[in-house]
Amino acid sequence: MSVLTVRKARGGYGEADILNGASLEVGEREIVVIIGPNGAGKSTLMKAVFGLVRLREGQVLLGGEDVTHAKPESLVPRGLSYVPQEKNVFPSLTVEENLKMGAFVRRDDWRPALERVYALFPPLAEKRRAPAGSLSGGQRQMVAMGRGLMVEPKLMLLDEPTAGLSPKYIELIFECVRAIHAQGVAVLMVEQNAKQALGIATRGVVLVAGVDRFTDAGPAMRDNPEVARMFLGG
Amino acid sequence: MLDFVNFYLLPGLVLGCIYALGAVGVSLLYGILRFAHFAHGDLMTFGGYIALALVAGFGLSAYGALPVAIAATVLLAVAIDRCFYRPLRNQSPAVLLISGFGIALMVRAVVLFIWGPGTAVYQTGIQTPIVWEGFRVQVRHVWILLITLSVAVVLHLFLSRTRTGKAMRAMSDNSDLARVSGIPADRVILGTWVIGAGLAAVAGVLLAIDTQLSPQMGWNVLLAVFAATILGGIGKPYGAFAGGLILGLAEELASAPLFGGQPLVTPDYKIGVAFFVMVLMLVFRPTGLFRGQVL
Repeated sequence: MSVLTVRKARGGYGEADILNGASLEVGEREIVVIIGPNGAGKSTLMKAVFGLVRLREGQVLLGGEDVTHAKPESLVPRGLSYVPQEKNVFPSLTVEENLKMGAFVRRDDWRPALERVYALFPPLAEKRRAPAGSLSGGQRQMVAMGRGLMVEPKLMLLDEPTAGLSPKYIELIFECVRAIHAQGVAVLMVEQNAKQALGIATRGVVLVAGVDRFTDAGPAMRDNPEVARMFLGG
Repeated sequence: MLDFVNFYLLPGLVLGCIYALGAVGVSLLYGILRFAHFAHGDLMTFGGYIALALVAGFGLSAYGALPVAIAATVLLAVAIDRCFYRPLRNQSPAVLLISGFGIALMVRAVVLFIWGPGTAVYQTGIQTPIVWEGFRVQVRHVWILLITLSVAVVLHLFLSRTRTGKAMRAMSDNSDLARVSGIPADRVILGTWVIGAGLAAVAGVLLAIDTQLSPQMGWNVLLAVFAATILGGIGKPYGAFAGGLILGLAEELASAPLFGGQPLVTPDYKIGVAFFVMVLMLVFRPTGLFRGQVL
């Protein structure tokens, strides 16, 4: 049973479509990485899943339920969280307030989730009272991912979580993604550091000009010479 | 030194309190709804006149009339939002700005229609100041400072302790992220109008207590309120409060005879101080003192 199914999605921001019939599937306990050239529509596909881009055609199913035209705020309680690439924290709120905002839709006890996030990202526990705007880029990314985890989602969408980070942090963020996955959360991720991302992915999907071209197991795709030549820079 | 405190520092603080109360609302509304609310000054005026109706009609003191003035102004603001701003929510900021301007004229027209174009006061007669060791303090100034202080404490507790208050700060920080976190925008917007209009009513009543009522009084301080908002950083309620206090002090101190007995600017140009500060901030530090949004 797949957590997410996208069927023949077409749509974009204005007149011209960016997605031209993209299909995608994320199974339970999968990490799926979308790779492809710039402008292929990787982030747009992610936004379309979360209802931030209107689809002209096609379907988005979340756990079998049609959510094609659902509003983003209604998807969060259904177990979907989205971590944007940029501006993904509330800078003037403290780390803990940021995390609590992630649990805003929850009516039940969210404190165990908070403890789990602190266990997953120990640096955040130390800085729980610091404004998120005062943190380093890597720590901000942890806050952003932590915020997304507070609803205890079934599926997490990560848009380039390592963009602009130093190699040390890139490694760390990938470890975090793996740890999130180990807690039973499926992950759909767009990544520029494709080689490393495919290393932890259960599956990779190549997106070109708004269409999914090719899919394979993550490590197999990383080691595929043709994919490497075209998309992984040699 | 005594003269400085009596005639410049205290009145500056009092004026600053009034600007601060107005600016917090403008700042939150800008942060959350992304438009400069031009009708904010006229909400202040409306609150002031509602208090006048209670003072004249029921013999209440202006302070006693404050809760009703707040409630009436909040109702008016929420009704305006439902009828005018909400249908325009997804339009460009320019459309909202112009409609805010229109609302300002409408509210002022209502005030003119009901209460007429003249000026009015809550209380006639001379009020004797409190004199202590050479310090002279007007009773009304003590009240204004105390009321502002208590409002500020309540506001701080609301913004830092309650779910809605935190969501309001979050949405003002980054409304797209608030949306994708599942924070219900409509509820936060409603809360913002309640807070913004309530504070505007307090500011209007206090301004009328300090000076006098006129249908233009809110519109006249709007520029200073906007300047205070920009000074503090748009979308930052704490910044707006600080910005208001600084600006009020700056306006009064600018005409103090600090340099060899000569005032920096003559009192006639006081209003220019706000404009000057606003232009300086927009040119050199558009994010304001508290790193807010850029216009």
